[in-house]
Amino acid sequence: MIKAILIFNNHGKPRLSKFYEHYNEDTEQQIIRETFHLVSKRDENVCNFLEGGMLIGGSDYRLIYRHYATLYFVFCVDSSESELGILDLIQVFVETLDKCFENVCELDLIFHVDKVHNILAEMVMGGMVLETNMNEIITQVDSQNKMEKSETFIFQSTRQDR
Amino acid sequence: MSDVVEKTLTALPSLLSLDSHSGSTKLSSSSKLGNLIRGITELTSKHEEEKLIQRELASIKEQVSSPNTSMRQMKELMVRAIYCEMLGYEASFSYIHAIKLAQQGTALEKRVGYLAVSLFLNESHELLLLLVNTVLKDLQSTNLIEVCMALTVVSQMFPKDMIPAILPLVEEKLTHPKEIIRRKAVLALYKFYLIAPNQVQHIHNKFRKALCDKDPGVMTASLHIYLQMIQENPEGYKDLTASFVTILKQVVAGKLPMDFNYHSVPAPWLQIQLLRILAFLGKNDQSSSEIMYDILEESLRRAEINHNITYAILYECVKCIYTIHPKSELLEKAAKCIGNFVLSTKINLKYLGLKALTYVVQQDPKLALQHQVTIIECLDHPDLIIKRETLELLFRITNAQNVAVIVEKMLEFLRGNKDDYTTIDLVGKVAELAEKYAPNNEWFIETMSTVFSVGGDTMQPDIPNSFLKLLSEGFDSVEEDRKLKLFAVDSYVSLLQGEPGKLPQRFLQVISWVLGEYSYLRGELDAATVLRLLAKLLDTKSTSSETKSWVLMAMTKVCEGGVGVSVAQEVCETYSSSLDTALRQRAQELQHLSQDRDLRAKVLPREAGSEPLEVDSSLSFLDGFVSEALAAGAAPYKPHHQRQEELAQAKALSMEPYGLPISMSSCSIADRQSPTLLSVSSGLSGDSPSLSQKGGSTTPKLDGVKRVWGRQGYLVQTEPVEESDLVEVTGPLQSPNQQAGADGPPSQTPTLKPTPQPEQEKQQLASSLFVGLGSQSSLCLMGKPEATTQRFRRKAKGPVLSSSTGEQISNSSVSASSMANNLLCNDLLDSNITSETAAPSLEQTPQLSRDLPAANGACAVESTDRDVKENSASLIGDNRLVAADPAPRGDRGKLKDFSAHLPAEFSGLCHSDISPLASNQSLDVSACHVQKEDSLVLVVFMYNSSDDAIPHILLELRSDELEVSCEGDSPVEEARSRSVAVCQYSLTVKKPSVHVEVAGTVSYQLPVGTSQSVQFSYKLPLTSFIRPLTVSTEEYGTMWLDFSHDTKQKLTPICLGQEPLMDTLNVLKKKLKLHVVEIIGMEGIVACRVLRDQPCLMHCRLHAGALSVWLRSPVPDLPDCLMYHCQRALQEH
Repeated sequence: MIKAILIFNNHGKPRLSKFYEHYNEDTEQQIIRETFHLVSKRDENVCNFLEGGMLIGGSDYRLIYRHYATLYFVFCVDSSESELGILDLIQVFVETLDKCFENVCELDLIFHVDKVHNILAEMVMGGMVLETNMNEIITQVDSQNKMEKSETFIFQSTRQDR
Repeated sequence: MSDVVEKTLTALPSLLSLDSHSGSTKLSSSSKLGNLIRGITELTSKHEEEKLIQRELASIKEQVSSPNTSMRQMKELMVRAIYCEMLGYEASFSYIHAIKLAQQGTALEKRVGYLAVSLFLNESHELLLLLVNTVLKDLQSTNLIEVCMALTVVSQMFPKDMIPAILPLVEEKLTHPKEIIRRKAVLALYKFYLIAPNQVQHIHNKFRKALCDKDPGVMTASLHIYLQMIQENPEGYKDLTASFVTILKQVVAGKLPMDFNYHSVPAPWLQIQLLRILAFLGKNDQSSSEIMYDILEESLRRAEINHNITYAILYECVKCIYTIHPKSELLEKAAKCIGNFVLSTKINLKYLGLKALTYVVQQDPKLALQHQVTIIECLDHPDLIIKRETLELLFRITNAQNVAVIVEKMLEFLRGNKDDYTTIDLVGKVAELAEKYAPNNEWFIETMSTVFSVGGDTMQPDIPNSFLKLLSEGFDSVEEDRKLKLFAVDSYVSLLQGEPGKLPQRFLQVISWVLGEYSYLRGELDAATVLRLLAKLLDTKSTSSETKSWVLMAMTKVCEGGVGVSVAQEVCETYSSSLDTALRQRAQELQHLSQDRDLRAKVLPREAGSEPLEVDSSLSFLDGFVSEALAAGAAPYKPHHQRQEELAQAKALSMEPYGLPISMSSCSIADRQSPTLLSVSSGLSGDSPSLSQKGGSTTPKLDGVKRVWGRQGYLVQTEPVEESDLVEVTGPLQSPNQQAGADGPPSQTPTLKPTPQPEQEKQQLASSLFVGLGSQSSLCLMGKPEATTQRFRRKAKGPVLSSSTGEQISNSSVSASSMANNLLCNDLLDSNITSETAAPSLEQTPQLSRDLPAANGACAVESTDRDVKENSASLIGDNRLVAADPAPRGDRGKLKDFSAHLPAEFSGLCHSDISPLASNQSLDVSACHVQKEDSLVLVVFMYNSSDDAIPHILLELRSDELEVSCEGDSPVEEARSRSVAVCQYSLTVKKPSVHVEVAGTVSYQLPVGTSQSVQFSYKLPLTSFIRPLTVSTEEYGTMWLDFSHDTKQKLTPICLGQEPLMDTLNVLKKKLKLHVVEIIGMEGIVACRVLRDQPCLMHCRLHAGALSVWLRSPVPDLPDCLMYHCQRALQEH
């Protein structure tokens, strides 16, 4: 199961945090900080896997991350997930974001937190991988947007008009 | 108020402008969120950020509570609140508004509302109850988007108690025409299964339907459920093995639509999931495994395209192949595959390769030999994670020959490591290796010193504990024992003479304990010197008060002679006025004991460690006192957590709805083992023939590596010539001067090619790391051959208690033991033995014998399978009464013969004597227990001795160690005048203990109107719960490896005839109902289970007139309890 998905930038500012297991507010912030601390001090040419610290849950937990330009995408998973599988899932996620936002950049994630969450919800549901096919994810997100557009025709921002 | 309105009004235009902006402005420059973010990015300090966010939150708060705010504005406010929460600032005021937004908004607003709810709340948050109705409504909506949103939020979090309310609706969605809805419904149900498994018990067949869904997406989703369920109970789903194999076959063959391809690999994530499921199904199951071989081979063959995701599939394949029942060709291919991983230049693959090696190396140690060069390179890898994984691998291949090198590597890593988690883990492993394989005393003490100083105060407390235990209990040779202790003393004295201020507290505690206990062994060491060194510790500022009290204890033990006493006196003066009471007490002790030599010798005798102390942990000697107090009206004892719970319940509002079934939270047994516990349980036993065959063909790939171990064992002994050759070879390699000479005939020394210096170092390292690996470990019954090479084999906890121990045991434990006898006799032995064993207990409890005439004949006890003399039986009955109710009873005469009331279904089964537990004017309570094959039933008899009927009797039972569940009718009963009401409870062991106890309260209302209650307690030995466990030797072997809790002890075997082992096991079998699996020579393996399904395995070996018994179980404390009963059973024979 995926326990948490975190996105933060090179300075450790959180851009998205989604926990699939309940931690209290302070622990969540501490997890974000510690994860950043762990991930940021790693070079570019080392492996993308980390053993989770004690905070997240000990030896059964691993952090799997990818670094894109200014952003770190970190998935915290338990032993029932495949390391390489999750690594490619992050790739799918980023590619999907890129399609939805046309050249996604950090600012998109800041200003459209809700949309990013919605895209993520179509990929991972309650900590389980729901869909791994990018086209399928985009179809789902689009169909929702269309529905909403018909309801709120004038105020709808029309970024995703494909 | 006008103020608020004004602010809201000024905010309005900007809010409107946000939404009227078209998508062309990416940054929504005029939005409030934009302003906020811009504000934050301009800030320079955390403090300023906090101020800004607090201002922002205040403004959001104002707006959300204003009645003029529209849903659309609310949506925008929620996004801002989400942003603030993400930064770690609490916006709890907005939670209720998020729920409102989800309730009332249109689709877009609803979505933000649900999103906010799922980010803000958790499943135990009380506000979540307000969402239940909204979810219900949306699940029934015709709008698919709304249904999807509801399912998503349900799978993120939902109050457990409310699941039944929405379960039918979610279930219904499994047949929805849209696949996306079906898929989400499956995942939502999976989530329900995780949090409340028994609530979805009835829809397991629907999961099967989902597995057969025509849409592959739905089928994929259902695999999540199956992976979980199969992991929990592989036996229950063996019938699906063929289906999973077929699915995988179709996927691998590319039968799925093209949409499912990822980088032209067909549905890789689905394949991974299926392979994991197959691994669980095939583990320890040959027939299931055979179904899989073809498809696994096919998967290995197909996955050859060089994309990242194919490696993911390969990795799972390899793991699966090594988990299921082995097939040699597949293993060979998998081994090659692991090789590709390990040798890969891609660092992620290298990491996984090492992981895979770690996983398989216990079954196939030669695989590590093949890759020794790579492994050594990985030891110096710049990536700490790779290094760490390599050490993990080395840890698995450690043996007595390479332990020093491997431990050195680990310590080297530890010294440079800063991560607490890794330190704790590795320190534990080093300690484990050191204890297991230490080559000599010096090395052991030095290594442990490093462990203590590197591990510091973060390490697991059981490391110093077990170290001290090892020192004090010693091992087989007395002389070695002394040497080890002496060396420890010497090395600690020199440490204290250095700079003890830098050492961690835990280490200082160990040092002071050792010096206190054993410094006298070093005769020339003056007690005063030791005292001064210890006193120096007390003066050091960094020493904690806990350590100080250890130091004072140590000083108490050593102070001797004139100078010593004066040093001690000085210290006492300082600390007898300390604010810390513990320290003050220690100082007082020191003062008194240092002056009175005789007293000290009595209180702190030397060599005290070797005397076993019988500790009655259940404090049963207080039973009499307790029951007296209870009879006098004292409240029964409640454990701490129960009191806390009750307190909390009394204080808090009950949020639980009425009338809904409350699911039982699954309780996991905490593992008391340190993280050194192997995380990967080996699925294969080391004795698979295909493995050993294959092993012969692999040879070490590295030139110049000494091959001291071969298939036949240690090669040096058989071929001493070759060994000396090799020594010569390694010599010249280091001195370049002689290398010229080595260019000569290479026939004898093929490794003499001039190799660069670093290469040589690696080769040497390799030869020292991988020594001993090639040998095929001799087949061992236990599958754990290294136990025999262990240096510090722990001594048995103490000599078997001799007959004199009876005097040491308190009265109540005698009564308990005789009760155990009683039970056993009931089942298995004839009555002669009962009276024999009962007689000594009579002598030891004279007050009982005085009661005997009164008791005689009073409680008539009948047994099904024997005819007991009433005399002895009633003694036992009364004996048990001592614990329960010591008050003399007046009119015993009317006590009924309850055995007639024993429910008919129990006739023919063994039951214990029916013992009276408690009584008052109107009610007598008695009980017995009946041993059924699969359960233990407690039968409680309540005899109404009054002339009036008692309409409502409420019987409540509770126990710390047992799970009590009512059998049959409800516990509320009615007892007519002069008649008996019977209640049945089935008992299962929750927490093993030597004796378990059920406490109960009978409360009832007399017709006159006064409410009455009777308290009682019923004690029974663990043996009543033991049943034989029938397993084969193979099953036994794998189970043995899987169990983590163990205990070892030497017992005295029973000698009746020629075969003491057989006789002893027969006695145990008869008395404790164990199942003897097999007896091989002087070794025997025995299995049993404790109701319900808590297995415990026993291995015994007869050696030099003693029986070493080794018990293992997955349940903590169970081995210890069982050991106690075994000891008892043998003693009493």
